[in-house]
Amino acid sequence: MAGKLDLDPRVVRTARRLAAKAGQPVVDLARSHTTVSVERAVLRLAGVRGADQDGIPWVNRLVDAVRADVGLGHGVAVPVFHAMRSAGVDDITVLAQKAAAGAVRFEMPAVRAEVTAARRSAKKAGGGGLKIVDRRRAERERLIKRHGDPKQRPWIYLIVATGDIYEDIPQAQAAARAGADVIAVIRSTGQSLLDYVPEGATREGFAGTYATQENFRLMRAALDETSKELGRYVRLTNYASGLCMPEIAALAGMERLDMMLNDSMYGILFRDINPIRTFVDQRFSRQVHARAGIIINTGEDNYLTTADAVEAAHTVTVSQLLNEFFAHEAGLENWQLGLGHAFEINPDLPESFRLELAHALLARELFPDAPLKWMPPTKHMTGDVFRGNLLDGFFNLVGALTGQGILLVGMMTEAVVTPWLSDRDIALQNVRYVLTGAGKLHEDFVPAPGGFIQSRAHEVLGEAIALLEKIVDDSLLDAIADGTFGIMKRPADRGKGLDGVAKHDEDYYNPVTEALEP
Amino acid sequence: MSIVRPYGDTTGDGMVQLSFTLPIPHDKRAEGAAIQLANKMGMDPALLVHAKPMGELTFFVVYGKVSHLVDTDKVQVVERDFPLLSAKEVNATIKRTLRRRLNVVGACIGTDAHTVGIDAILNLKGIAGEKGLEYYSELSVTNMGAQVSVPDLVETARERKADAVLVSQVVTQRDAHLQNTRAMSAAFREALPAGKRPLLIVGGPRFDELMAADLGVDRIFTRGTTPREVASYLVHALAGSPS
Repeated sequence: MAGKLDLDPRVVRTARRLAAKAGQPVVDLARSHTTVSVERAVLRLAGVRGADQDGIPWVNRLVDAVRADVGLGHGVAVPVFHAMRSAGVDDITVLAQKAAAGAVRFEMPAVRAEVTAARRSAKKAGGGGLKIVDRRRAERERLIKRHGDPKQRPWIYLIVATGDIYEDIPQAQAAARAGADVIAVIRSTGQSLLDYVPEGATREGFAGTYATQENFRLMRAALDETSKELGRYVRLTNYASGLCMPEIAALAGMERLDMMLNDSMYGILFRDINPIRTFVDQRFSRQVHARAGIIINTGEDNYLTTADAVEAAHTVTVSQLLNEFFAHEAGLENWQLGLGHAFEINPDLPESFRLELAHALLARELFPDAPLKWMPPTKHMTGDVFRGNLLDGFFNLVGALTGQGILLVGMMTEAVVTPWLSDRDIALQNVRYVLTGAGKLHEDFVPAPGGFIQSRAHEVLGEAIALLEKIVDDSLLDAIADGTFGIMKRPADRGKGLDGVAKHDEDYYNPVTEALEP
Repeated sequence: MSIVRPYGDTTGDGMVQLSFTLPIPHDKRAEGAAIQLANKMGMDPALLVHAKPMGELTFFVVYGKVSHLVDTDKVQVVERDFPLLSAKEVNATIKRTLRRRLNVVGACIGTDAHTVGIDAILNLKGIAGEKGLEYYSELSVTNMGAQVSVPDLVETARERKADAVLVSQVVTQRDAHLQNTRAMSAAFREALPAGKRPLLIVGGPRFDELMAADLGVDRIFTRGTTPREVASYLVHALAGSPS
């Protein structure tokens, strides 16, 4: 459906070229640094499991021990696998336990042959984790073939969030039976700022459920049952954001999650996580997602909840272009890019609906092969549930008119309660009405040449290019420090998690990155 | 008029609408059960206008008449004693009266690791569609996070020249929230002379709004407080009224 906005292909190419130019220094930064979470993700793939009696995962204990002895700049793989050989331990979790007890010392081997041997063992162990990821991906492809994909586009995306995985499961299954194609288990408030991934099945989250490997496994198994029952593969989504982005990505790959929220700047802007930490973690996590065949969802919708959705429309476009560049660079393909945008223009503004249409169509035409994630109104949901239901209907209509790939179902009780069962049912009824009645309207809908919608889309793209030019001149890190996105100012030398970042030494080795580099 | 009753389309008709879900499959008996509930809630007659099966559950919409009278003279509320301002008004008032940014330091103190409250109020992300205090350009926010000790909090407040200190307490086991709050206010009284002391604000779902004096703080916020209310209060208490 390209060509409805009459975008000039040269202008679009310019926008992409500028995004690449703005993003490249950040990629270089990510390629020359590591973080505690990247190293822990490597060890998780290499087989470290479980946690100590205080619930601190053994990977954290192990990385902390290695770091105390030799620092992070060499990567933990060589010191860890060298220590396994020297100490005669063949189970990496046992090594972590010994290290936590202070019974193992870590060092970089002095002899070249020992380095080579440690690298070889590390590569084998890390490769073992990637093999699990590969098997899970093949399994997904098999199940999709067996059960089938949703019959319609957009896919219907619903959130569950009880805090208790055993309560989430029946809710997720009910949501799938009611028509959801994608289930997202929203995380507990505060998890993004934990510098470890909690362990086991959890029942006590706040406004969401902790992302843990066991919770991933339980939910995926339950949805596999439901997929079979419904004859439709139900996808599972979680959040690779916050301080443990790389580890969550590794766990998602090993437990066959299907989509992950993964934004290049969300943690920086909205959780005050250090920008360098975020970009390093993000690159690694996206490499893992690429390997796992996971569709990422980016978070541009969030900018519009803080900034004005009309004035800041072009920042969404800029962020989408940057997210696309970073994603391609990390090995993700177009079908894996659920680039985000949202229906957040003040409904009292004249022509608000036409503006929404223009913005949504612009995203569609700029990224014709990406499954775009279309996010419902939240900022202007007031508690008037009747008006909210109408707004959600118009949101759904824009989704249908502009061929969005993934539609997050809006709740009329947004900002009132966590959705009740009946709220969800009414919301799905709303979606079904629009998609049944107007699902193919995009085939007929062509905005008038030179009309309001085309002009607005051209205007936003023009503003996006101007902003990208400015970012290229000032550097992306400075733009973030100056509050260009979502208004927040986030300097590169501040924010949470900076102490977990290290520059690569010359002998840095990471068997997983090595296998995943394009 | 102090005695009122609900208004449908005629004065005094007492008509209300109600929607709810019962955890039973939809059939005639379920519809009867919905009417029974409405009757017990005081709707008589109750008119079932919509019943929709949702798997093993059923959603109902009922319209009906209630006979209850409401006496508006007998309504008891704790009135907000400060005007609710928009972000623009908050920023403008601070700019005009303080001529500098207003410094806010926030923390969860004691062993409480539940930052959900303080994050909802402080983080840009905010809550319920309202941005947190970080969003306000004239507020300079330091969020110390969870499990902050009282001495650390006092020290940081002093360092940052805090105009206001926000403390969140969620855990109430053995009245920990009350004890922690008293310890915090006592520490500030000890460390700083009156007049130099920041405005002390606590928040949490289990506080009683009327206990501020008893706990030695300036204000208590409870469940459902939004960042905007806190920002408006800060302006009211520290920067005077908006022009």
